[in-house]
Amino acid sequence: MENHNANAHNAHGGSMKSYVIGFLFSIILTIIPLVVVMNDMLSKTATTVLILIMAILQFAVQLIFFMHIRDEEKPRFNLMALIFGLVILLTIVAGSIWIMTYNAVAS
Amino acid sequence: MAHAVSTPAGAHGGHGAGHGGGHHDDHHDQESLKTFGFWLFLITDVILFGTLFATYVVLRLNTDGGPTGAELLEMNGIIISTFILLTSSFTSGIAVLEMNKGNKRGLILWLAITAVLGASFVFLEVNEFMHLVHEGANIGTSAYWSAFFVLVGTHGLHVSVGLVWMVALILQLSRRGITPVTKRKVSIISLYWHFLDVVWIFVFSIVYLMGVM
Repeated sequence: MENHNANAHNAHGGSMKSYVIGFLFSIILTIIPLVVVMNDMLSKTATTVLILIMAILQFAVQLIFFMHIRDEEKPRFNLMALIFGLVILLTIVAGSIWIMTYNAVAS
Repeated sequence: MAHAVSTPAGAHGGHGAGHGGGHHDDHHDQESLKTFGFWLFLITDVILFGTLFATYVVLRLNTDGGPTGAELLEMNGIIISTFILLTSSFTSGIAVLEMNKGNKRGLILWLAITAVLGASFVFLEVNEFMHLVHEGANIGTSAYWSAFFVLVGTHGLHVSVGLVWMVALILQLSRRGITPVTKRKVSIISLYWHFLDVVWIFVFSIVYLMGVM
Protein backbone atom coordinates (compact mmCIF):
# COMPACT_ATOMS: atom_id res chain seq x y z
CA MET A 1 0.00 0.00 0.00
CA GLU A 2 2.74 2.39 0.93
CA ASN A 3 4.55 1.47 -2.25
CA HIS A 4 1.41 2.09 -4.29
CA ASN A 5 0.97 5.51 -2.74
CA ALA A 6 4.56 6.43 -3.47
CA ASN A 7 4.10 5.42 -7.11
CA ALA A 8 0.88 7.37 -7.44
CA HIS A 9 2.61 10.41 -6.00
CA ASN A 10 5.45 10.18 -8.49
CA ALA A 11 3.16 9.62 -11.44
CA HIS A 12 0.95 12.67 -10.97
CA GLY A 13 2.50 15.26 -8.79
CA GLY A 14 6.20 15.82 -8.66
CA SER A 15 7.19 17.87 -5.65
CA MET A 16 7.25 21.52 -4.68
CA LYS A 17 11.02 21.37 -5.16
CA SER A 18 10.75 20.25 -8.79
CA TYR A 19 8.20 22.98 -9.55
CA VAL A 20 10.36 25.69 -7.97
CA ILE A 21 13.46 24.49 -9.83
CA GLY A 22 11.48 24.40 -13.08
CA PHE A 23 10.13 27.90 -12.49
CA LEU A 24 13.60 29.33 -11.76
CA PHE A 25 15.03 27.66 -14.86
CA SER A 26 12.21 29.00 -17.02
CA ILE A 27 12.78 32.55 -15.72
CA ILE A 28 16.54 32.34 -16.33
CA LEU A 29 16.08 30.85 -19.80
CA THR A 30 13.72 33.72 -20.68
CA ILE A 31 15.96 36.47 -19.33
CA ILE A 32 19.16 35.33 -21.13
CA PRO A 33 17.92 35.78 -24.73
CA LEU A 34 15.96 38.90 -23.70
CA VAL A 35 19.07 40.65 -22.37
CA VAL A 36 21.11 39.62 -25.42
CA VAL A 37 18.47 40.90 -27.87
CA MET A 38 17.65 44.16 -26.06
CA ASN A 39 21.32 45.13 -25.80
CA ASP A 40 22.39 43.88 -29.27
CA MET A 41 25.19 41.88 -27.69
CA LEU A 42 25.78 39.30 -30.44
CA SER A 43 25.74 39.09 -34.23
CA LYS A 44 22.46 38.29 -35.94
CA THR A 45 23.24 34.62 -36.58
CA ALA A 46 24.59 34.03 -33.09
CA THR A 47 21.51 35.69 -31.55
CA THR A 48 19.16 33.54 -33.65
CA VAL A 49 20.96 30.36 -32.60
CA LEU A 50 20.98 31.44 -28.95
CA ILE A 51 17.24 32.27 -28.99
CA LEU A 52 16.39 28.88 -30.50
CA ILE A 53 18.59 26.96 -28.05
CA MET A 54 17.07 28.78 -25.07
CA ALA A 55 13.52 28.13 -26.38
CA ILE A 56 14.23 24.41 -26.81
CA LEU A 57 15.78 24.18 -23.32
CA GLN A 58 12.73 25.98 -21.95
CA PHE A 59 10.51 23.42 -23.69
CA ALA A 60 12.55 20.63 -22.05
CA VAL A 61 12.23 22.30 -18.62
CA GLN A 62 8.44 22.51 -18.93
CA LEU A 63 8.24 18.88 -20.08
CA ILE A 64 10.46 17.51 -17.31
CA PHE A 65 9.67 19.68 -14.28
CA PHE A 66 6.03 20.62 -14.98
CA MET A 67 4.58 17.92 -17.24
CA HIS A 68 6.61 15.10 -15.61
CA ILE A 69 7.35 13.31 -18.86
CA ARG A 70 10.21 11.38 -17.21
CA ASP A 71 7.95 9.89 -14.54
CA GLU A 72 5.75 8.08 -17.03
CA GLU A 73 5.37 4.34 -16.50
CA LYS A 74 6.56 1.84 -19.02
CA PRO A 75 4.90 1.60 -22.17
CA ARG A 76 5.69 5.29 -22.65
CA PHE A 77 2.79 6.12 -24.94
CA ASN A 78 2.83 9.81 -24.03
CA LEU A 79 6.47 10.14 -24.98
CA MET A 80 5.97 8.16 -28.19
CA ALA A 81 3.00 10.32 -29.21
CA LEU A 82 5.03 13.43 -28.45
CA ILE A 83 8.00 12.27 -30.55
CA PHE A 84 5.62 11.44 -33.40
CA GLY A 85 4.11 14.94 -33.16
CA LEU A 86 7.55 16.57 -33.10
CA VAL A 87 8.64 14.64 -36.21
CA ILE A 88 5.60 15.98 -38.08
CA LEU A 89 6.21 19.48 -36.66
CA LEU A 90 9.84 19.51 -37.82
CA THR A 91 8.87 18.18 -41.24
CA ILE A 92 6.26 20.91 -41.70
CA VAL A 93 8.42 23.77 -40.43
CA ALA A 94 11.78 22.78 -41.95
CA GLY A 95 10.13 21.60 -45.18
CA SER A 96 8.21 24.88 -45.58
CA ILE A 97 11.28 27.01 -44.95
CA TRP A 98 13.38 24.92 -47.32
CA ILE A 99 10.90 24.86 -50.20
CA MET A 100 9.97 28.55 -49.90
CA THR A 101 13.60 29.64 -49.75
CA TYR A 102 14.18 27.75 -52.97
CA ASN A 103 11.04 29.31 -54.45
CA ALA A 104 12.37 32.79 -53.74
CA VAL A 105 15.65 31.95 -55.52
CA ALA A 106 13.84 30.50 -58.57
CA SER A 107 11.65 33.56 -59.11
CA MET B 1 -1.95 -20.01 -17.18
CA ALA B 2 -3.62 -20.17 -13.79
CA HIS B 3 -6.44 -18.17 -15.30
CA ALA B 4 -6.95 -20.61 -18.16
CA VAL B 5 -7.39 -23.71 -15.96
CA SER B 6 -9.53 -22.21 -13.23
CA THR B 7 -13.21 -23.13 -13.23
CA PRO B 8 -15.76 -20.46 -13.99
CA ALA B 9 -16.81 -20.54 -10.35
CA GLY B 10 -13.20 -20.17 -9.23
CA ALA B 11 -12.59 -17.31 -11.62
CA HIS B 12 -15.69 -15.60 -10.43
CA GLY B 13 -14.74 -16.09 -6.80
CA GLY B 14 -11.26 -14.76 -7.48
CA HIS B 15 -12.70 -11.73 -9.11
CA GLY B 16 -15.17 -11.20 -6.33
CA ALA B 17 -12.45 -11.28 -3.68
CA GLY B 18 -10.63 -8.40 -5.28
CA HIS B 19 -13.79 -6.55 -6.16
CA GLY B 20 -13.23 -3.39 -4.17
CA GLY B 21 -9.68 -2.88 -5.41
CA GLY B 22 -10.45 -4.13 -8.91
CA HIS B 23 -13.32 -1.74 -9.38
CA HIS B 24 -11.24 1.15 -8.19
CA ASP B 25 -8.45 0.22 -10.60
CA ASP B 26 -10.90 0.03 -13.52
CA HIS B 27 -12.09 3.48 -12.66
CA HIS B 28 -8.55 4.71 -12.34
CA ASP B 29 -7.68 3.18 -15.76
CA GLN B 30 -10.66 4.98 -17.31
CA GLU B 31 -9.45 8.30 -15.95
CA SER B 32 -5.84 7.77 -17.04
CA LEU B 33 -7.09 6.74 -20.48
CA LYS B 34 -8.96 10.03 -20.68
CA THR B 35 -5.80 11.88 -19.68
CA PHE B 36 -3.96 10.08 -22.46
CA GLY B 37 -6.71 11.04 -24.91
CA PHE B 38 -6.19 14.66 -23.90
CA TRP B 39 -2.45 14.25 -24.42
CA LEU B 40 -3.18 13.11 -28.00
CA PHE B 41 -5.28 16.24 -28.50
CA LEU B 42 -2.29 18.31 -27.35
CA ILE B 43 -0.10 16.55 -29.92
CA THR B 44 -2.55 17.53 -32.68
CA ASP B 45 -2.41 21.07 -31.33
CA VAL B 46 1.39 20.93 -31.62
CA ILE B 47 0.90 20.21 -35.33
CA LEU B 48 -1.66 23.02 -35.68
CA PHE B 49 0.77 25.52 -34.19
CA GLY B 50 3.57 23.99 -36.29
CA THR B 51 1.72 24.92 -39.49
CA LEU B 52 1.09 28.44 -38.19
CA PHE B 53 4.76 28.88 -37.24
CA ALA B 54 5.83 27.57 -40.65
CA THR B 55 3.49 30.10 -42.30
CA TYR B 56 4.81 32.92 -40.15
CA VAL B 57 8.46 32.11 -40.81
CA VAL B 58 7.91 31.82 -44.56
CA LEU B 59 6.00 35.13 -44.73
CA ARG B 60 8.09 37.10 -42.23
CA LEU B 61 9.60 39.40 -44.90
CA ASN B 62 6.44 39.91 -46.97
CA THR B 63 5.30 43.23 -45.53
CA ASP B 64 4.16 44.66 -48.88
CA GLY B 65 5.85 48.00 -48.23
CA GLY B 66 3.77 48.46 -45.07
CA PRO B 67 4.89 48.52 -41.43
CA THR B 68 7.21 45.76 -40.25
CA GLY B 69 7.17 43.92 -36.95
CA ALA B 70 10.41 45.58 -35.88
CA GLU B 71 8.77 49.00 -36.29
CA LEU B 72 5.55 48.34 -34.40
CA LEU B 73 6.10 45.60 -31.82
CA GLU B 74 6.53 46.98 -28.32
CA MET B 75 8.65 44.72 -26.17
CA ASN B 76 7.73 46.16 -22.75
CA GLY B 77 4.19 44.82 -22.74
CA ILE B 78 5.32 41.52 -24.23
CA ILE B 79 7.99 41.02 -21.55
CA ILE B 80 5.37 41.58 -18.85
CA SER B 81 2.89 39.16 -20.42
CA THR B 82 5.63 36.55 -20.90
CA PHE B 83 6.48 36.59 -17.20
CA ILE B 84 2.77 36.56 -16.32
CA LEU B 85 2.27 33.40 -18.38
CA LEU B 86 5.43 31.74 -17.01
CA THR B 87 4.21 32.42 -13.48
CA SER B 88 0.74 31.08 -14.27
CA SER B 89 2.27 27.83 -15.54
CA PHE B 90 4.01 27.55 -12.16
CA THR B 91 0.85 28.37 -10.16
CA SER B 92 -1.18 25.76 -12.07
CA GLY B 93 1.48 23.25 -10.98
CA ILE B 94 1.07 24.36 -7.34
CA ALA B 95 -2.68 23.78 -7.74
CA VAL B 96 -1.97 20.14 -8.69
CA LEU B 97 0.30 19.77 -5.64
CA GLU B 98 -2.47 21.11 -3.39
CA MET B 99 -4.89 18.67 -5.02
CA ASN B 100 -2.55 15.74 -4.32
CA LYS B 101 -2.46 16.85 -0.67
CA GLY B 102 -6.28 16.74 -0.70
CA ASN B 103 -6.52 20.47 0.07
CA LYS B 104 -9.64 21.67 -1.76
CA ARG B 105 -9.37 25.30 -0.64
CA GLY B 106 -5.72 25.47 -1.68
CA LEU B 107 -6.51 23.88 -5.03
CA ILE B 108 -9.30 26.36 -5.78
CA LEU B 109 -7.18 29.30 -4.59
CA TRP B 110 -4.21 28.43 -6.84
CA LEU B 111 -6.46 27.68 -9.82
CA ALA B 112 -8.11 31.07 -9.28
CA ILE B 113 -4.67 32.77 -9.17
CA THR B 114 -3.78 30.97 -12.41
CA ALA B 115 -7.02 32.17 -14.00
CA VAL B 116 -6.41 35.78 -12.92
CA LEU B 117 -2.88 35.66 -14.40
CA GLY B 118 -4.30 34.14 -17.60
CA ALA B 119 -6.95 36.87 -17.79
CA SER B 120 -4.26 39.56 -17.41
CA PHE B 121 -2.34 37.93 -20.25
CA VAL B 122 -5.41 38.02 -22.53
CA PHE B 123 -6.12 41.63 -21.48
CA LEU B 124 -2.55 42.69 -22.42
CA GLU B 125 -2.80 40.84 -25.72
CA VAL B 126 -6.09 42.50 -26.67
CA ASN B 127 -4.53 45.87 -25.78
CA GLU B 128 -1.54 45.08 -27.96
CA PHE B 129 -3.74 44.11 -30.91
CA MET B 130 -5.79 47.30 -30.56
CA HIS B 131 -2.57 49.31 -30.48
CA LEU B 132 -1.30 47.56 -33.63
CA VAL B 133 -4.55 48.15 -35.51
CA HIS B 134 -4.47 51.78 -34.40
CA GLU B 135 -0.93 52.05 -35.83
CA GLY B 136 -2.17 50.73 -39.17
CA ALA B 137 -1.36 47.02 -39.00
CA ASN B 138 -4.46 44.83 -39.15
CA ILE B 139 -4.91 41.28 -40.35
CA GLY B 140 -5.35 42.40 -43.98
CA THR B 141 -2.41 44.84 -44.15
CA SER B 142 0.14 42.39 -45.53
CA ALA B 143 1.04 38.71 -45.56
CA TYR B 144 3.34 39.32 -42.60
CA TRP B 145 0.55 40.77 -40.44
CA SER B 146 -1.92 38.07 -41.53
CA ALA B 147 0.52 35.40 -40.37
CA PHE B 148 1.26 37.38 -37.20
CA PHE B 149 -2.37 37.87 -36.13
CA VAL B 150 -3.37 34.29 -36.94
CA LEU B 151 -0.45 32.78 -35.01
CA VAL B 152 -0.58 35.05 -31.96
CA GLY B 153 -4.38 35.18 -32.06
CA THR B 154 -4.73 31.39 -32.13
CA HIS B 155 -2.58 31.18 -29.02
CA GLY B 156 -4.64 33.92 -27.35
CA LEU B 157 -7.83 32.08 -28.26
CA HIS B 158 -6.45 28.92 -26.64
CA VAL B 159 -5.72 30.86 -23.46
CA SER B 160 -9.24 32.38 -23.50
CA VAL B 161 -10.87 28.95 -23.93
CA GLY B 162 -8.67 27.65 -21.10
CA LEU B 163 -9.93 30.48 -18.88
CA VAL B 164 -13.60 29.64 -19.44
CA TRP B 165 -12.80 25.99 -18.77
CA MET B 166 -10.85 26.84 -15.62
CA VAL B 167 -13.65 28.96 -14.17
CA ALA B 168 -16.15 26.15 -14.88
CA LEU B 169 -13.81 23.68 -13.19
CA ILE B 170 -13.46 25.91 -10.11
CA LEU B 171 -17.26 26.00 -9.82
CA GLN B 172 -17.45 22.22 -10.18
CA LEU B 173 -14.70 21.69 -7.59
CA SER B 174 -16.48 23.92 -5.09
CA ARG B 175 -19.62 21.79 -5.47
CA ARG B 176 -18.24 18.28 -5.80
CA GLY B 177 -14.86 18.55 -4.08
CA ILE B 178 -11.87 16.43 -5.04
CA THR B 179 -13.12 13.20 -6.66
CA PRO B 180 -11.32 10.90 -9.15
CA VAL B 181 -13.18 12.70 -11.95
CA THR B 182 -12.42 16.26 -10.86
CA LYS B 183 -8.85 15.17 -10.14
CA ARG B 184 -8.43 14.04 -13.74
CA LYS B 185 -9.96 17.31 -14.95
CA VAL B 186 -7.50 19.35 -12.90
CA SER B 187 -4.56 17.30 -14.19
CA ILE B 188 -5.53 17.82 -17.82
CA ILE B 189 -6.19 21.53 -17.48
CA SER B 190 -2.79 21.89 -15.87
CA LEU B 191 -1.24 19.94 -18.78
CA TYR B 192 -3.08 22.25 -21.17
CA TRP B 193 -1.80 25.31 -19.34
CA HIS B 194 1.84 24.13 -19.38
CA PHE B 195 1.40 23.38 -23.09
CA LEU B 196 0.15 26.93 -23.77
CA ASP B 197 3.17 28.25 -21.92
CA VAL B 198 5.47 26.19 -24.15
CA VAL B 199 3.73 27.52 -27.28
CA TRP B 200 4.04 31.07 -25.96
CA ILE B 201 7.79 30.60 -25.39
CA PHE B 202 8.14 29.86 -29.09
CA VAL B 203 5.87 32.78 -30.06
CA PHE B 204 7.92 35.06 -27.82
CA SER B 205 11.23 33.73 -29.23
CA ILE B 206 10.38 33.53 -32.92
CA VAL B 207 7.86 36.35 -33.40
CA TYR B 208 8.99 38.92 -30.85
CA LEU B 209 12.68 38.38 -30.02
CA MET B 210 13.67 37.53 -33.59
CA GLY B 211 11.26 40.17 -34.92
CA VAL B 212 12.89 43.07 -33.10
CA MET B 213 16.56 42.00 -33.10
